[in-house]
Amino acid sequence: MNNLLMNKILIANRGEIACRIVRTAQKMNIKTVGLYNDADRGAKHVEMMDEAYYIGSNTLADSYLNMNKILKIAQMTGTHAIHPGYGFLSENCNFVDLLEKNNIIFIGPPSNAISAMGNKSESKNVMQNANVPVVEGYHGENQDEKFLFEQAEKIGFPVLIKAVLGGGGKGMRTVFKKEDFYPALEQAKREAMKSFSDDQMLVEKFIQKPKHIEVQVFGDRHGNYVHLFERDCSIQRRHQKIIEEAPSFLSPEMRMQIGDSAVRAAEAVGYYNAGTVEFIFDTISDEYFFMEMNTRLQVEHPISEEISGQDFVEWQLRVARGEKLPLTQNQLKINGHSIESRIYAEDPDSEFLPQSGTIHYLREPNNRESAIVDNDVRVDTGVREGDDVSIFFDPMISKLIVHGKNRDDAIKKMYNALDNYNIIGLKNNITFLKKALEEKAFLENNYDTDFIEKYKDSLFDRPFTNIIPTQKDLFHSALIQILNEKRKVDVESESGHAYSHSNPWHTQDAFRINHSSTRKFSFLDNDDTEYTVEVIYESNNQFKVREVTEDSSSDWTHLSTSWVDDNNVIIESDSQMLKVEYFIDAEGSVHSKRENGDIVQLKEKVEDFSGEEGVNSANLISSPMPGKIVKIFTKPGEVVKKGQNLLSLESMKMEYLIKAEKDGVIKEVHTAETEFVQIGAKLVEFEEQEA
Amino acid sequence: LGHRIRTFGKRSIFSTASYQMKVLDGDVNLHSPIFKQNLEEMKAINDDLDAKVHTILQGGGEIAQQKLVERKKLRVRDRIQAVIDPGAPFLELSQFAGYEMYGKDHVPSGGVVTGIGLIHGRQCMIVANDPTVKGGTYYPITVKKHLRAQEIAQENNLPCIYLVDSGGANLPRQDDVFPDKNHFGRIFFNQARMSSMGIPQIAIVLGSCTAGGAYVPAMADESVIVHKNGTIFLGGPPLVKAATGEEINAEDLGGATVHSEMSGVTDHFAVNEKHALKLARDIVSNLETKSYLEENSHGRIQSEEPLYDPEELNGILTTNFNRQNVDVKKVLARVLDGSKFHEFKEKFGNTLVTGFGRLYGYQVGIVANNGVLFSESAQKGAHFVQLCSQRNIPLLFVQNITGFMVGSKYEAEGIAKHGAKLVSAVACANVPKITTIIGGSFGAGNYGMCGRSYSPRFMYMLPTGRISVMGGEQAAEVLTLVKKDGLERIGKEYPDEVRDKEKEAIKSKYEKEADVYYASARLWDDGVIKPSDMRRVLGMSLIASLNSKIEDTKAGVFRM
Repeated sequence: MNNLLMNKILIANRGEIACRIVRTAQKMNIKTVGLYNDADRGAKHVEMMDEAYYIGSNTLADSYLNMNKILKIAQMTGTHAIHPGYGFLSENCNFVDLLEKNNIIFIGPPSNAISAMGNKSESKNVMQNANVPVVEGYHGENQDEKFLFEQAEKIGFPVLIKAVLGGGGKGMRTVFKKEDFYPALEQAKREAMKSFSDDQMLVEKFIQKPKHIEVQVFGDRHGNYVHLFERDCSIQRRHQKIIEEAPSFLSPEMRMQIGDSAVRAAEAVGYYNAGTVEFIFDTISDEYFFMEMNTRLQVEHPISEEISGQDFVEWQLRVARGEKLPLTQNQLKINGHSIESRIYAEDPDSEFLPQSGTIHYLREPNNRESAIVDNDVRVDTGVREGDDVSIFFDPMISKLIVHGKNRDDAIKKMYNALDNYNIIGLKNNITFLKKALEEKAFLENNYDTDFIEKYKDSLFDRPFTNIIPTQKDLFHSALIQILNEKRKVDVESESGHAYSHSNPWHTQDAFRINHSSTRKFSFLDNDDTEYTVEVIYESNNQFKVREVTEDSSSDWTHLSTSWVDDNNVIIESDSQMLKVEYFIDAEGSVHSKRENGDIVQLKEKVEDFSGEEGVNSANLISSPMPGKIVKIFTKPGEVVKKGQNLLSLESMKMEYLIKAEKDGVIKEVHTAETEFVQIGAKLVEFEEQEA
Repeated sequence: LGHRIRTFGKRSIFSTASYQMKVLDGDVNLHSPIFKQNLEEMKAINDDLDAKVHTILQGGGEIAQQKLVERKKLRVRDRIQAVIDPGAPFLELSQFAGYEMYGKDHVPSGGVVTGIGLIHGRQCMIVANDPTVKGGTYYPITVKKHLRAQEIAQENNLPCIYLVDSGGANLPRQDDVFPDKNHFGRIFFNQARMSSMGIPQIAIVLGSCTAGGAYVPAMADESVIVHKNGTIFLGGPPLVKAATGEEINAEDLGGATVHSEMSGVTDHFAVNEKHALKLARDIVSNLETKSYLEENSHGRIQSEEPLYDPEELNGILTTNFNRQNVDVKKVLARVLDGSKFHEFKEKFGNTLVTGFGRLYGYQVGIVANNGVLFSESAQKGAHFVQLCSQRNIPLLFVQNITGFMVGSKYEAEGIAKHGAKLVSAVACANVPKITTIIGGSFGAGNYGMCGRSYSPRFMYMLPTGRISVMGGEQAAEVLTLVKKDGLERIGKEYPDEVRDKEKEAIKSKYEKEADVYYASARLWDDGVIKPSDMRRVLGMSLIASLNSKIEDTKAGVFRM
């Protein structure tokens, strides 16, 4: 088959990247074939495809990683080429070989380039040969102290001495001057022996104030190469990037130098299509070192697209069908500055613990795809309101990308866009991202990969998701609750009778004869702290509110409400008028947004009438999140101590231990190993205790 | 046909947002000295009303309320709030029952709070004992109020929710509570009859139900009892001990466990009061008994607010009806939808205003006084009431009446038989009738205008209302005249100073007894409401009345 006639591609991926690829394919009038598994039925990417096929259940091995099934679908649909996206099969040379054997184009690099770059030591050798700087180090068996010192001198100070089995900073020393080497080595060995019963050491170049700088490269099958400048991806948590920007702080000369290195790296392995060469950059010495090459289109490619004005997926498709690169290095210019923020379903207050569940409420900032055209904001997303962020995949919700005239302009735009990005119902990192942008070091472009750790005191000076409600929040939630009841009555009665909204029985103003009604709301926050608010209905939309605590109550505050739409209400006091965005979830919790973007969650307390007969909730342990039961450590009848491990649960690729919250006897285990459990599912029940 | 809307007969198949009808001229001079004076007087009257209600809402007082908290009970109106839909209105009835009726014994709201509230969208009659008032025992007025609530429930097909917490009949007043037709026993008679009609009877036992009170849950279709607070027994522990010598505590004698597990007197066991009230809501959500509200609402159109501010009623109405006439059309302009009124016989017998209007989109027929009743006005009224009965249109009576015209000319033209026609038409009309007294309600005018004896579904008084057989002035005149004649016949004298003194005494007795709170305390009405709430309360009452089927009207014999 002639590559030029590529008119249909299979996209072997999901989520935002699958959607992203479809958009370019559609632009180029290329048909698309999609895949889905059980978790992705009806997902956005599936809807965007011209045709889509079911490939198996929820396990990745059975679905998005199942090469043979994917191949079969490609053959069945007469597809000419497969775009792997990122992750999944994108860097799997077996897959590339399989496709080649079957005459299907892999939209990506050749398999030998993938395998060369996939092997750490091999790639290092290749790079050294191609004159690309690599991090020097000694990882060998020879533990002679003198020999290690010589290695350190060869590498050049500062160096890092590290226990081979090390972790958590134990058995690790940084040495800046050679006279400090021996004492440091001795200390590190002693510590390592104590911690790991092994004192084998390695010596590496110590990178000071390191930045993660990566260069976007492209090659074609005709031996042409360009780089599309670099990205600074130093802001990371849990070794994953969350904010990326392009270009970086590099001077134009340094940019050309690192760009040339990246191109040389690609050339060295006969690379073609899109790739990224990652470097670690020592901001004290201005040296950079090759780390690895990602042989795929990366998550953060949009910022390079923004500053270069190019569509990289289009480039990929054109290269794949044998065309030359659309532009040469001289034709490429940087235009402005671009920043990407990754919006994750995660809880910044609990070490960025991934969250899963349904996105009940989603409002994106005005962007290229929304009705109001703002060419500077772009949202690459694969989820819509009502979609689930499932435990089976990465919890990334979307990528928010802005383009500005310069860095300051881009930061401003990003900040405002984040401010208008509203996700309710699922904990996320939006307010954390805003806080990161506010950090001086970020504003001054003076940060490194240690950013979050280094500035944690100021970054985490207040909670992001576990927000403690203020009196104002309580008042707002009470009024929102009242408004919502009114809405519900309107909707219900409208379906029955016409004009019910003017029915004096349905005005929801708690009308009373010759007096006004006072209502008490008991709210619980995330920590189950209880708050009481009293509301006096003065009329349909006028209220007096106060907070009541055990021994005092606040002054009455006058507030009035006017309804804007299902998720916005205007709340007016004597001195201010606020438009409050809110959402009420299926459990009845009120999520309301503060002016600063914080989302406060308050749930009206529901009395538990289960009484003596029901299961005492203290005796029941239920699943804190959906996931798979990996191991059960206990059995009925066992006497357990508080803190003892009862079972372990795997969720979002992490394992959680469920512990006993008190001493007691296990009455029943309500689950079994390998079972998938939902959030709130009964796991373990304790025997009733005699008081 | 172009853009013309297809119509069936005269009515558009679409209920249009604004219906075409003449708009009342409601203009009044808001700056006139009279308006300002009325406003000032009315403010004092409304403030006085508020103050009285404030006291009534305290129930049996601070100490009694504190006791409730100790027993984990809610205040009576908080119980009602918890049982009705959150944020929903509550049409409380006869707040002033028992007001200053028993000397030093204060029985606020008659010791029982009654009214209509929404439970899962269904209008229900709620009858709730206030245990802080004399332990919730039944004074004569308590019985009367309970029975009146049942009457309203029965006439309007409203499920009954009894929130029971009562020590039963008030023993010292047993002769006014126990033996007669409309005494305590009638409560259970009503429960049985309503149950037979398919009007659900639900009892929530939140406290004691002793002796006769035990029959409230026992006669109910479905009942709930609160663990540790609710008890039901025919004879309490002291009586049992006296009768049989058995010693037993209240809980073991008639607590929730006994009645839910052994006797079967109650159907649902509640762990606490809030649970019981929630169960009450659950019970109502499972009622599938028929309401005619939807059927009776088919002609409803889009509601419009009046064009004139109802607050202005405070400057239009007055307590001194002798000093000024109130133009009732100015009142109607502040009550009816869009201030629109299709007047019937505008130029005939115009001391009675009749015509059609709408209240919250529902069609109503209005019969309103605008002066003393003449033969023509009575005939016109009878005609109009028949018309509405024929067409199934509910009637609103607005009373401000000194009576029928007297004098030889009028007797000779047969004002009595013309008045009788109006009285007969009103008595026989089966459409819902709702009466509001905005001023005087004197003499036979009260009958023709659907006074209490004519069984209006609801009857309210504004604080400007006065009710008696005749005005104090006239009564004093008539009574002293009769006395003078009598004395003169036996040759005795009736000195002027004595006569003046007695006149004064009669006048002040009439004044006192005609007072709105005197009337409302005795349940001559269903409540005193503020002028600005008139539209709202009438609207709620009207809709409540539409829950029952409107029976056809058969007229009595008219003396022509």
